[in-house]
Amino acid sequence: MDKKRKLEILHLLHENSRLSVETIADMLGEDPQEVAQAIAEMERDHVILRYSAVVNWDKVESQRVTAVIDVKVTPQREVGFDAIAERIYRFPEVSAVYLMSGSFDLQVIVEGRHIKEVAQFVSQKLSTIEHVNSTTTHFLLKTYKSDGVIFDDQEGDQRLVISP
Amino acid sequence: MSTIHERLSPVVRNLPPSGIRRFFDLANQMEDVISLGVGEPDFVTPWRVREACYYSLEQGYTSYTSNHGLPELREAIAAYLENFHLQYDPMKELVITIGGSEAIDIALRTLICPGDEVLIPEPAYVSYRPCAILAGAVPVGVETRADDDFRLTAELLRERITPRSKVLILCFPNNPTGAIMSEDDLRSIAQVVIEHDLFVISDEIYAELTYEGKHVSIASLPGMKERTILVSGMSKAFAMTGWRIGYAAAPEEILSEMVKIHQYTILCAPIMGQKAALEALKHGQVEKKHMVERYNQRRRLIVKGLREIGLACHEPKGAFYAFPDIRSTGLTSEQFAEGLLRYGKVAVVPGNVFGECGEGFVRCSYATSVDQIQRALERIDRFVQSLK
Ligand SMILES: Cc1ncc(COP(=O)(O)O)c(C=O)c1O
Repeated sequence: MDKKRKLEILHLLHENSRLSVETIADMLGEDPQEVAQAIAEMERDHVILRYSAVVNWDKVESQRVTAVIDVKVTPQREVGFDAIAERIYRFPEVSAVYLMSGSFDLQVIVEGRHIKEVAQFVSQKLSTIEHVNSTTTHFLLKTYKSDGVIFDDQEGDQRLVISP
Repeated sequence: MSTIHERLSPVVRNLPPSGIRRFFDLANQMEDVISLGVGEPDFVTPWRVREACYYSLEQGYTSYTSNHGLPELREAIAAYLENFHLQYDPMKELVITIGGSEAIDIALRTLICPGDEVLIPEPAYVSYRPCAILAGAVPVGVETRADDDFRLTAELLRERITPRSKVLILCFPNNPTGAIMSEDDLRSIAQVVIEHDLFVISDEIYAELTYEGKHVSIASLPGMKERTILVSGMSKAFAMTGWRIGYAAAPEEILSEMVKIHQYTILCAPIMGQKAALEALKHGQVEKKHMVERYNQRRRLIVKGLREIGLACHEPKGAFYAFPDIRSTGLTSEQFAEGLLRYGKVAVVPGNVFGECGEGFVRCSYATSVDQIQRALERIDRFVQSLK
């Protein structure tokens, strides 16, 4: 299957990972077997890493804090930022790590049940890692949009049932 | 003494109300209806366009514009039409109207002398006939057929031409059939048009929603620009139905006359809509492409689904409608649509409202989510099975 078609499959799955192979095949005018094979290939090649739902946790969990932590580190010879990033991202509390340009090096997203838990993680685990020079912790107050999805989107279908 | 009603214009009194109307009232009263009955995008106008309108309001753009419309918008439209190999002088050959609807109206009123015949390939958009009558013309349907993929052929057209024929209204991609025309098709039509010295109103509002092949405008063919009024607008391709911005493009000789009607009845299109349209044309390409891709995916889904249910359905190659043949159910299109609405809770539009030859078909709009399409198909299937 060509690259463009595969990209279309990815877009469809990214928007709704519950679409069946048959539906995707119908939407693209492809053979279901070929679609299934393309998906299997992309899973094998780690293009598709996982199927998951975008959840608005605020609706179900009142006890949940997310911290965005700016971390300055000293890069190491040969491994640059990779080794230290790995030491950080292996912690289960850490949900994302990005290498950044600008005034700090790594952005680390940490999730915890309460502020204390996050504070403990930062002070006892993150700050004490060798080559970590400083951390600045921001607490996330509200999610408006994440991964392209607007949370609590009020834009319903305003159209009449029948129109010319 | 005559009643008030009797004193009203006989032209208007004798005009039949839209066939959609009765159905519309019925459908809008019911709850939990999945609608395949809408003739407009399900997308909200792209955010960048809405945002540009806010900005223009903040800047105080709340005035009239020139009768022709904002010059910068006309320039953007002229540049856009070049994509279809059309050259129009933005200052003399373009007018911004209240939707494609107004453009159709003023085009007809400019061209028609009382009693002239207007040729309308059917099934057709519901407004053409009444607008032709309101302009003083006699509408003449030209039946297109499912076996021809609802394309207009020179033979079909020739059969309906009389000495009174004056205007041919083309609408491709077509509402309700989704039919498109190839360049060859249009060439043979153009030959007949020139031979009989007709004018053409070419409604190309769905031009961007062409899924197979590339849209060709009849105005781009030799000898045709001078006798064609091209009508289009922002409603469909840019999901801007509520903004009411359309336009007409025609040689100055015709356009300057059209502008007189526009000037005395409308004055000018609203500036907010014009500002929004400018943004859409200049920077809305990515969003437009995304929407078109979505329609195309849904098109394949619904056509396959309808065929699996056992309803014959020709391949719609443009617009966002499927027009399945429901004759195998033994019902008329009104009966089918009403039954499906009452017992299946799916709204479609009976084909006969688009002209007599639409009898036996229903219009299903796929401008709705995949999820809704799938649920609608399940319900249609249940309804059709229940008829057996
Ligand atoms: C073929 C056709 N022409 C014109 C129009 C009117 O469009 P506008 O919203 O630009 O007035 C429609 C709307 O459904 C249409 O289907």
